[in-house]
Amino acid sequence: MTLMIDQIQSAGAIAARPDPAQIPAPKMRAIGVSVWYGDKRAIDDVSIDVGREHVTAFIGPSGCGKSTFLRTLNRMNDTIPSARVTGRIELDGDDIYASGMDVVQLRARVGMVFQKPNPFPKSIYENVAYGPRIHGLGAGRHELDGIVERSLRRAGLWEEVKDRLTESGTALSGGQQQRLCIARAIAVDPEVILMDEPCSALDPIATAKIEELIHELRGRYAIVIVTHNMQQAARVSQRTAFFHLGELIEYGETSQIFTNPRIERTKDYITGRYG
Amino acid sequence: MSKATDRTPTDWGGPAMDRRLRRRYAAERRFRLIGLGAILLSAGFLVLLLATMVANGARGFTRTEVRLDIDFAKSALFLDPATLGSANGRAALAGADIQGVVQKAAEAQYGAEGARLLSDTAWLKVVGAIDGDPSLLTRTATIWLPASSPIDIAGKGKGDPEAERIHRRLAAREAVRTRFNSDFLSSGDATDPAAVGIWGAFAGSLLTMLVTLALAFPVGVLSAVYLEEYAPRNRWTDLIEVSINNLAAVPSIIFGLLGLAVFLNTMHLPRSAPLVGGLTLALMTMPVIVIAGRNAIKSVPPSIRDAALGIGASRIQVAYHHVLPLALPGILTGTIIGMARALGETAPLLMIGMRAFITSPPGGIAEPATVLPVQIFLWSDEVSRGFVEKTSAAIIVLLVFLLAMNGVAIYLRNKFERRW
Repeated sequence: MTLMIDQIQSAGAIAARPDPAQIPAPKMRAIGVSVWYGDKRAIDDVSIDVGREHVTAFIGPSGCGKSTFLRTLNRMNDTIPSARVTGRIELDGDDIYASGMDVVQLRARVGMVFQKPNPFPKSIYENVAYGPRIHGLGAGRHELDGIVERSLRRAGLWEEVKDRLTESGTALSGGQQQRLCIARAIAVDPEVILMDEPCSALDPIATAKIEELIHELRGRYAIVIVTHNMQQAARVSQRTAFFHLGELIEYGETSQIFTNPRIERTKDYITGRYG
Repeated sequence: MSKATDRTPTDWGGPAMDRRLRRRYAAERRFRLIGLGAILLSAGFLVLLLATMVANGARGFTRTEVRLDIDFAKSALFLDPATLGSANGRAALAGADIQGVVQKAAEAQYGAEGARLLSDTAWLKVVGAIDGDPSLLTRTATIWLPASSPIDIAGKGKGDPEAERIHRRLAAREAVRTRFNSDFLSSGDATDPAAVGIWGAFAGSLLTMLVTLALAFPVGVLSAVYLEEYAPRNRWTDLIEVSINNLAAVPSIIFGLLGLAVFLNTMHLPRSAPLVGGLTLALMTMPVIVIAGRNAIKSVPPSIRDAALGIGASRIQVAYHHVLPLALPGILTGTIIGMARALGETAPLLMIGMRAFITSPPGGIAEPATVLPVQIFLWSDEVSRGFVEKTSAAIIVLLVFLLAMNGVAIYLRNKFERRW
């Protein structure tokens, strides 16, 4: 692992440019991360910092590895037997791949919202209460009720579902389901929320609601969002990372990436020349 | 590029098109007719089978009874009606020659052949009647007793000429009747077809199935969960998977030999007992449950696993809170297929001695018993003609058992099924 880091640092020295991937006091920090599926390298030596107060967007063409990289941040890739991660990923300075790190706790601290809304086939209440219950948050029914209401309010869903909390979560519309999934993720009070193309299965109105929600959640949680939609990245994020073929091409302020990209390939992608 | 624009426009209304359309519709009609025919054919066979069974078996649930007037006061029984309720009285009743009294009464009423009209065990009915109403001993009582097998068959219209003649004579005296045979449902096996019952085999089947379910279901489901959710994919798990698939296809009599060798000869468990039968059938049922369980678990959408893992559920929580409840309907379907097969199984149970002649129903899983299919097999092998209808009646009982079991499984499946 230290060998890796040395390589990164020496590589940085050769490039001799201020690394925009570095920001002060990041919430999460990836250093020289590579992901392998068997013999195939899906992510090649990515170093990136995720800011505490930021919404960070990952953009790039399909198959560029941005979702794969996102899933390394809460070790969801552990469930794929052939996946192998090298390099170092820190949460508040602690290596999340260290043997002492409890992956169950990690995933409670780094929550995730998936591309396709995937509520449990249980009641709306149970969907939100499940996380707090398995982590022992909220002793007693009363406290749990409070957590469920607070989470649904933060997800902007409370007013729509408060009278039918016992109905199945799968009976909601797609956009409502996705907000339910966000409520479920924030119910365990995470520090980081990872969103893997959360709007790709939603209509424009539902998408607008989710984007609004991301705005409101910013500051309380560090948010990382993978998106295919460049307008969305421009609208919701403060920092944007552009991935291509498993490499991090460029990372910086969203305004700078979209108006004045330093690297030719970023410019080509943003102007729609490929992808 | 130019070729695409040069081609002649398709003539959708032309005769060639019409012909093609007609051929397509004809093919579709043909396919539908063949499918319908196949379904009608199988439904027809099913109806034929059920109709034959019911027609033959319904008579097995009834019996012919012969009227007998016994003058207990004149018979030399020396029983005191007043003491009959006590233990002494019961001992005296058991020791009394009721059989002789019944025989004499029958001969007095119907002539020399009188005793042959009644079932061998008919006098036990008389004992029961006296036990129930001691005042009978002081007067002449009229009791309906089960007829002997030839008369019984004659009463149902299938007897030999001699028995038919006797039956007609009895009918003329209004001394025969046909009644529902409740003893068939409540007693065990016997040598006299008029006295046999199915309860012994039914209880044996029930106990055997309980042992099978109690072993095969948890072990099968847990194996399926482990293999799908935990086991790494490597050569060993591949080997295990192939072995389980092979086990499901092994002929059942091999399992019987295994049960004989392991449970009886090595572990010295009781012979002919539902315990050993259940163990043997569990070995046979388990692979079916494992295979069905794995498929059901595989069909749970991975997004549900992701969702649970994503909020920090451990793997065991994912398995027990989410995957298993969603897979349960499929697991239950597999279980019922396996259990239905086990219920109808005869061969392995013959190997472990469950074909013994046992007249009393088993009191527990370690007592000798037989099961419904073995009972059917044994009765179908009997020479006495009275067993033909009993065999059909036993088949009906087996089918009802099977339908009840399937009904429970379907109810449970629908209860646990979730709509997406």
